[in-house]
Amino acid sequence: MNTALHLAEPYRLLLFLVGTLAFVGFNAAYLVWLERKGAGRFQRRAGPTEVGYAGLLQPVADAIKLLSKQLIVPPGTDATLFRLAPMLVMAPALMCFVAMPFSDALAARPLNLGLVMVFAFGSIHVLAIMLGGWASRNKFAIISAARVVSQNVAYEIPMLLVVITLLMITGTTDLNEIVRQQGGGFWHWNILRLTANPLMPVTFVVFYICMLAETNRAPFDMAEAESELVAGAFTEYGGMGFGLFFMGEYANIVIGCSLATVLFFGGWQSPIGVWPGLFWFLLKLYLLIFSVIWVRWTFPRTQFYGLLNLSWKILIPLSLFVLVLSSVLLKFL
Amino acid sequence: MMLSLPQLAEAFGQLLRNGATRPEGQAPEHPGSPGAANLAAPATACRLTDYALKGYHLDVTVSPGEVVSAASLLDGEGFALDAITGLDWMADGQMEVVYDYFHPRNALRVVVRTRLPRAEPVVPTISTVFPGANWHEREAHDFFGIRFLGHPDLTPLLLPEDADYHPLRKDFALS
Amino acid sequence: MMPQTERSAADGPQETFVLNLGPQHPATHGVLRVKLTMDGEYITRAEPVPGYIHRMHEKMGENRTWAQFLPNTSRIDYLSAMTYTHAYVAAVERAARIEVPLRAEYIRVITSELNRLSSHLVWFGAFLLDLGGFTPLLYAFDDREKILDLLEGLTGSRLTYCYYRIGGVCNDVDEAFVQGTRDFVAQMRPRFGMYRDLVTDNVILRKRLEGIGPISAELCRRYGATGPVIRGAGVPYDVRKVEPYSVYGQFDFEIPVFPEGDCMARYRVRMEEMAQSLRIIEQAIDRLPAGPVMAPSVPRVLKPPPGDCCFAVEAARGRFAVRIVSDGKEIPYRVKLRTPSFSNLSLFEEASRGMLLPDALALMGSLDLVIPDIDR
Repeated sequence: MNTALHLAEPYRLLLFLVGTLAFVGFNAAYLVWLERKGAGRFQRRAGPTEVGYAGLLQPVADAIKLLSKQLIVPPGTDATLFRLAPMLVMAPALMCFVAMPFSDALAARPLNLGLVMVFAFGSIHVLAIMLGGWASRNKFAIISAARVVSQNVAYEIPMLLVVITLLMITGTTDLNEIVRQQGGGFWHWNILRLTANPLMPVTFVVFYICMLAETNRAPFDMAEAESELVAGAFTEYGGMGFGLFFMGEYANIVIGCSLATVLFFGGWQSPIGVWPGLFWFLLKLYLLIFSVIWVRWTFPRTQFYGLLNLSWKILIPLSLFVLVLSSVLLKFL
Repeated sequence: MMLSLPQLAEAFGQLLRNGATRPEGQAPEHPGSPGAANLAAPATACRLTDYALKGYHLDVTVSPGEVVSAASLLDGEGFALDAITGLDWMADGQMEVVYDYFHPRNALRVVVRTRLPRAEPVVPTISTVFPGANWHEREAHDFFGIRFLGHPDLTPLLLPEDADYHPLRKDFALS
Repeated sequence: MMPQTERSAADGPQETFVLNLGPQHPATHGVLRVKLTMDGEYITRAEPVPGYIHRMHEKMGENRTWAQFLPNTSRIDYLSAMTYTHAYVAAVERAARIEVPLRAEYIRVITSELNRLSSHLVWFGAFLLDLGGFTPLLYAFDDREKILDLLEGLTGSRLTYCYYRIGGVCNDVDEAFVQGTRDFVAQMRPRFGMYRDLVTDNVILRKRLEGIGPISAELCRRYGATGPVIRGAGVPYDVRKVEPYSVYGQFDFEIPVFPEGDCMARYRVRMEEMAQSLRIIEQAIDRLPAGPVMAPSVPRVLKPPPGDCCFAVEAARGRFAVRIVSDGKEIPYRVKLRTPSFSNLSLFEEASRGMLLPDALALMGSLDLVIPDIDR
């Protein structure tokens, strides 16, 4: 049983601001560490071990390196937009955490339209990448940015359809309310809510795939792994500009996995019905993040048209079908 | 219908007996150059060789004007081009071009040779028959300075674009 | 590696731009430059520009004795070094009429096949890396490490072996090598099942490779392409079967041939070839005869009789042939190296016309190029 934090409103907001910044920053930095260690272990090698115990200070070393680099704005680029783009990647990511319920008491602003807000801010990073690519005045950055946009547009649609299905079933857009509905044990979690929608696990898989594509993670990383050619939309960025894009990607992964946890896995609810709280949220979150990292190092990259085909020809019809199925079941049961 | 080795030798003999019918791209004759007589001379030998000793079955010597017809003959029989080798016989004042052919479906190996005057080594290109010869001829040109008439793009392949030397010539000094 | 993008002003309504791929690559192809003329995402012309690692081995062949050229042969295609040395040594032996003892021939076959395996493992890892799958590279290198350890114990080198001599091999194999090879064969076989489950059967990989980069048998013939390129196009051309050399005729192995001609076919050919190499190694190790490993009377200063001589082997990339011309001296008159990657790459221009760029890169990866092999 968590007591709500009784503080004066400004102090509470300040606490949450600092907490959210710290959480996002820490995650962005240390997910890199987790990725590199995970990649190492999947590839039968050790990963970073030199800096600090088990390489735990590696992100600190990387941050110092990135911060110490000169921020070059190439001539001929649109300097304002060029500098603005990395910031536009990080800021919305922070905004998404405003409505996210870490536990019953730990939600910065438990909005009753929390889900809508998360999606609203979650789509901005696409624009930021497009901006960055366009402002670079580099043919390949532009092409890569255009690909990112078409990829994200294509995968927004099934994601939103899945979320609409969930909305119909849960009846609310308040994220904390959605989590409260899943109390009592893991059989109450939305992913196993088969009475409302027998294809719920499939729905989760669709959501997961869309989440991978939205965050430009492998196997859908055509945009950044144009290492066939160049580094994609981030070619012209160096130093902290590049660092911000990178951190933005990890922040988006955290958002996506938090959303998956809240929507499908019961958020801060415990699987055994007792002792709910922050611990369970974080556990589920990090298990999902680990699976995202795992997928990246296992599969090769899809082809660009394969990626779009997957969305338009498979995921959208599937999610439409699930939506119709759920609405029929809701209507008649 | 693939020819057997004796039939192939016979076909070559036929080709060579008919003589060079001056196909397009045959080098113009320079009366002053020492090897001018070679260009117009009819073909000489076509002999079966011992594979165990040489590594090929048939050795054909043709005049420069006949390399394209020889290549066409082998192309018709389904051969593939293995390599084009240049040789600098400085002592004889000649250069030799050796065309190696292999067959992807059977074990026949045919070698077609021709000799060119060293001062003016020109021979028609066979890249119209075997597109793969394009690169081999560029390489031979790089190393020896042999000009392949009718070649679409005789620029250096392995040497730098502005190279004007030919390293495999015997008078190329290694500094 | 920055692309250079220029509009070609001469083009009419269709705007194409020129993109330089290379000479440095993120993947392990080596220093090859490909000038791509692109129409948006499609390639209108791909012109490979080799020569960035041209070291003029053929001139070096004319400046050292027959035996002194041996280390050069390893450096032409460093991944398949044993087979290249084999071709040169056998060409000289053919010219000089030197008879190689049977034990040496068996050892040559075993080491060549081990080398072929390690070369295919590198190709496997690098190809997957091109396609975005980072992990199989390290698994393949794990297996390759075992091969390299075996060969290092035998020859002293890990990559550019200079183990064969004119007339035999440098030193005999010891019990550790024989037992080590047997252990390796036993533990390598199940690994193919793992690669098949994890990689070959992966849906994403199959979508990337099936139907991509078609190369027909006729295209191969017109450019002289050999090796897995032509075997992936349905033609069972393998020098070990067509022009049998050494003691390959005594072993029971198959030539994998797949008719589709796409990247997947070439991929499958190489995966199957690895399994067949294991078969050959197993049979050769079991039947290794006793005897000397060097021909008894190879002259210290070797002077083959004047004339030319050819020898071809099946290297990991295709048909590698050496044509030596001797004028009776201790230094060759001419050493011509016919390398497989040279011919295989020459068809890239025609094969990649109109392709999407990532597909063309998958095609190039499936050709298994080693750039020093092209440039020599």
